[in-house]
Amino acid sequence: MKVLVCVKQTFDTEAKIELKDGKISDAGINLIINPYDEVAVEGAIQLKEKNIATEVVIVSAGADKAMDAIRTALAMGADRGILVKQDSAADEFQRAVALAEAIKAENPDLILAGHVAAHDGSSQVPTRIAEILGLPHVNVITNIEIAGGKATCTSEADGGTQVTEVTIPAVISSQVSWNEPRYPSMKGIMQAKKKPVATVDAAAADAKVKIIELALPPSKTAGIKIEEDPDVAAAKLGDWMKNTVKVEVK
Amino acid sequence: MAGTWVFVEQRDGNIRKVTYEMLSKAKSFGDEVSAVVIGKNVEGLAPEFAKYGADKVYVVEGDVFANYNTGAYVAQLAAMIKEYSPNAVLFAHTFNGRDLGSRLAQKLEVGLATDAIDAEISAGKGVFTRAIYAGKALSKVEVATSPVMATIRAGVFELAEAAGAGAVVKPAVAATDADVYQTVKDFIVTVSSRPELTEAEVVVSGGRGCKGPEGIKVVEQLADLLGAALGGSRASIDSGWLGHELQVGQTGKVVNPNLYVACGISGAIQHLAGVNASKVKVVINNDPEAPFFKAADYGVVGDAFEVVPKLTEKLKEFKAQNA
Repeated sequence: MKVLVCVKQTFDTEAKIELKDGKISDAGINLIINPYDEVAVEGAIQLKEKNIATEVVIVSAGADKAMDAIRTALAMGADRGILVKQDSAADEFQRAVALAEAIKAENPDLILAGHVAAHDGSSQVPTRIAEILGLPHVNVITNIEIAGGKATCTSEADGGTQVTEVTIPAVISSQVSWNEPRYPSMKGIMQAKKKPVATVDAAAADAKVKIIELALPPSKTAGIKIEEDPDVAAAKLGDWMKNTVKVEVK
Repeated sequence: MAGTWVFVEQRDGNIRKVTYEMLSKAKSFGDEVSAVVIGKNVEGLAPEFAKYGADKVYVVEGDVFANYNTGAYVAQLAAMIKEYSPNAVLFAHTFNGRDLGSRLAQKLEVGLATDAIDAEISAGKGVFTRAIYAGKALSKVEVATSPVMATIRAGVFELAEAAGAGAVVKPAVAATDADVYQTVKDFIVTVSSRPELTEAEVVVSGGRGCKGPEGIKVVEQLADLLGAALGGSRASIDSGWLGHELQVGQTGKVVNPNLYVACGISGAIQHLAGVNASKVKVVINNDPEAPFFKAADYGVVGDAFEVVPKLTEKLKEFKAQNA
């Protein structure tokens, strides 16, 4: 079974965001695999370790530097990669069209991806890919079992946990609590350098959403800060919560 | 153009508050507002939407809609959009809302602004504000494909009651069993006496400074006194003191309560990103240099394990006085 994992390169979640010429500056920012996608990579590698998957292919759409994200996934244990060259400003529709085109050529049995990117938080692309390819999908999974041409997925749902069964091929998106991604070993990093990565151009598509303005949230004025004996501090805070915030005590 | 549609988020007839928030906001666009409710035995819910100004309520019922499933819901909505041509369709930014919105948007080959915290919709165009990088930046986007589509974050729009006609419209059922590609095997309802993080008016969170499950217990006591949702920073999740679904931050839940109380949380940037939208932020932390103090409206330098129980006692006194 061939498993394909879509990964996106994002800013480190500890990164401070600054604007330059109306755009988000990536100067000095550490770029990582989107943490939700990293979990999908780990999930795919574990399927291979359990002899369910035979090959794990990484696909990333983005600028040249997205190659680093692919190499990291290969160092974790994936077999080969595909970089779909695309402007980093592509919207969700363009991204999904480009990835779906690359996926179609690979004809995988299972497509994994993170359910959301930690930076733009749009959570659309895996579902859009499934629609383009005419495949079932399940989002936000915390576990998967593959047997008899079916994927049984446990996923986070509104107000509970859901168990859903779909036939494969299917598009499955991961929640971070699915697993704990491994760190690439030194051996893995060395091997990753030799693993094949193909580069293809993105399929053309028109953007559906236009960014008209980027801004930083308004900076806030300094609040109250007290350093007192715990009894006094708790009393002062309690008074403030009652009088200023008007909290209700149940 | 047949105005703005609000897709009703409900499970077993329990309607999510965000549905009413969307109806209230949609009213301000000056065009017709409709609620769209799909499910099994849901017609009885229709009068609820009229209370928040719905001019029309589209009611679609059938066994195929008994459990939320993307395929049937998308097929139904796509057929209805074709028939009635709404100007805009709004969904809640819940797990179901984003799942449905994304697949429907791709089927119609239109744009979708997800997790919007503000919206302005006119004929053929929507302008939405999205909090990106988990709130570290704001992105204003324009969606001019038809219909205009977005998913809306819970708690960002004020509720405004307004009498609407609530005229029930019953579109033809367009979805069939053949549209269903997900088989729901089980649904385990999370049993909690506390509100959900993303919808709560007060959130109380515990972090590393709680030092262990005992420290989390005092945080829980404060949360319950305030009728608050319970959350945690990554440290308390990774230590196993709290379940992952309670993580607040860039890789967890983004919250926007009226009051956020951080107990023993230093305020790593990825945590602050998830709480920035809170109206009032309080922190109790023993490191006076902790970054959370810069973000907080009220900060107490002190050991959460010591201060939090005393705060709970103090607040209990107010309750006794009021009684």
